Amino acid sequence: MAGQEQIKPGRRDDGPDDTPAPAAPAAQVADTDIDDILDEIDGVLETNAEEFVRGFVQKGGQ
Amino acid sequence: MSVRRVMGIETEYGISVPGQPGANPMVLSGDVVTTYAASRGIRPAQASWDYADEAPLRDARGFDMGRGVAHPSQLTDVEDPTMANVVLTNGARLYVDHAHPEYSSPEVTTPRDAVVWDKAGELVMREAVQRLATVPPGVNLYKNNTDGKGASYGTHENYLMSRRTPFARIIAQLTPFFVVRQVMCGSGRVGIGVDSRTTGYQIAQRSDFFEAEVGLETTLKRPIINTRDEPHAVADLYRRLHVILGDANHCDVANLVKMGSTSLVLAMIEDDAFTQDLGVRAPVKTLQAVSHDPTLRSTIELTDGRSIRPVELLRTFHELAAAYVDDKWGSDVDESTVEVLGWWDRVLTALEGDPMDARRWVDWVAKLSVLEGYRERDSLGWGDPRLKAVDIQWSDVRADRGLANRMAATDRVEVLVPEAEAAAAMDAAPEDTRAWFRGACLRKFPDSVVAASWDSVVVEVPGERSLQRIPILEPLRGTKDAVGDLVDGASDIRSLLESLAAADRGSD
Repeated sequence: MAGQEQIKPGRRDDGPDDTPAPAAPAAQVADTDIDDILDEIDGVLETNAEEFVRGFVQKGGQ
Repeated sequence: MSVRRVMGIETEYGISVPGQPGANPMVLSGDVVTTYAASRGIRPAQASWDYADEAPLRDARGFDMGRGVAHPSQLTDVEDPTMANVVLTNGARLYVDHAHPEYSSPEVTTPRDAVVWDKAGELVMREAVQRLATVPPGVNLYKNNTDGKGASYGTHENYLMSRRTPFARIIAQLTPFFVVRQVMCGSGRVGIGVDSRTTGYQIAQRSDFFEAEVGLETTLKRPIINTRDEPHAVADLYRRLHVILGDANHCDVANLVKMGSTSLVLAMIEDDAFTQDLGVRAPVKTLQAVSHDPTLRSTIELTDGRSIRPVELLRTFHELAAAYVDDKWGSDVDESTVEVLGWWDRVLTALEGDPMDARRWVDWVAKLSVLEGYRERDSLGWGDPRLKAVDIQWSDVRADRGLANRMAATDRVEVLVPEAEAAAAMDAAPEDTRAWFRGACLRKFPDSVVAASWDSVVVEVPGERSLQRIPILEPLRGTKDAVGDLVDGASDIRSLLESLAAADRGSD
């Protein structure tokens, strides 16, 4: 359990929150982050998406 | 009861060979099981499954469908790779179910531990993939629930319940919760309809595959409430509620909330604590309608005539659960319950506003944020194969290729269970259920254990002509506290049996 983030239960509307409310700058950070994620995924995503998707055929299970 | 109860998650993994869509999935699944078993020094003939107490055709409504239990001779049928079936030292079962490798986690008592041993299963599959990759093209495994072409395979949850609770009450009060629960823990899917004939994105992988409200089936005409009554425990005391409609989760928070909120709702049903009827009209149709609306703005109809948003119904469940916990335990509430109520609230608060705020916690939102990024950057329509490829590859169990794994590794989703903890749980069993005894027998006396199941360990004692079956019908016995010293002190299987018998006599 050591080093694990502990989450306080419940909502406290009257007290300070651990995480700052998302404002405009945070939204920009999120946009930049999405670009970074996409760049990263581009690097590992199956190059022939169409063939990969077509080839993913499963038998039904439970 | 609080969120604490005996529970577990079983997951069938998608399986494919790169470039060979026609490869035989039954044989491949057998390879996965035997390869992993070999990596842990488990011989196929050792520690196979004891089917004696399995009765999959028994129905919770009180009648049998007429076929006998599986014959114990299946135990010896290990020559056929598609029957591969082993018990791991962590107490889990790893086997071939139909055309998929399945990991059934050991019994745990908290939602967080359910997440730990579920993630351990993912690492088991990853290990098998790594080993099979040494012979190209290898085998890939996916922790998802559909191929988008009409096939679905399950991630099932199991919750031990009191036998006293009337099943009709479970059906009536759990169904509305299950119709909307997906909003907090669906894994997201590109494509609408079982074979994705309509383009678009939906909240849950499984919802389109459900056709009935209540029933025994799991592979066709899937019901929201499954009535399989196979407790794997003292049948007079317990029922095992088998939940088949959930998705496989990668997000720890969604997984925790799925298990925890369900366990709490079940506790309220057991205590008959629901004071209002929250019934939903046309549950199957509504289940699908909810899944098809990622904006979360549409309303659903309750049987009392009200129209409310799914998140509002979930908020009502949360408020009732929080009040129930407060009323029953006050400040004596256990940490697991506090953790679940806290995350449940946080997730709902995010979903009530801009659903995208839940992207760190909920699979379908995390996946949608990436897909929307692609759609915007590259102007892709929902029918674009790249989006479908992202959807599938999201669930690849490999650390480098699996997109959900990369999101977690780069802190884009909240990790409650660090990978090192899940890795330890690949071998170590939970200490507070009978899974500990099952795992300990396999760890300490691997050559003596002939077979095992949820409620038995079958051993061979040198010099004895017949096998000895050790029943473990009580899920909360066989814990490390209860039998740890006995197992540690036993020099061989015979002395373990003797000390167990002596302890039994002592307790009579």
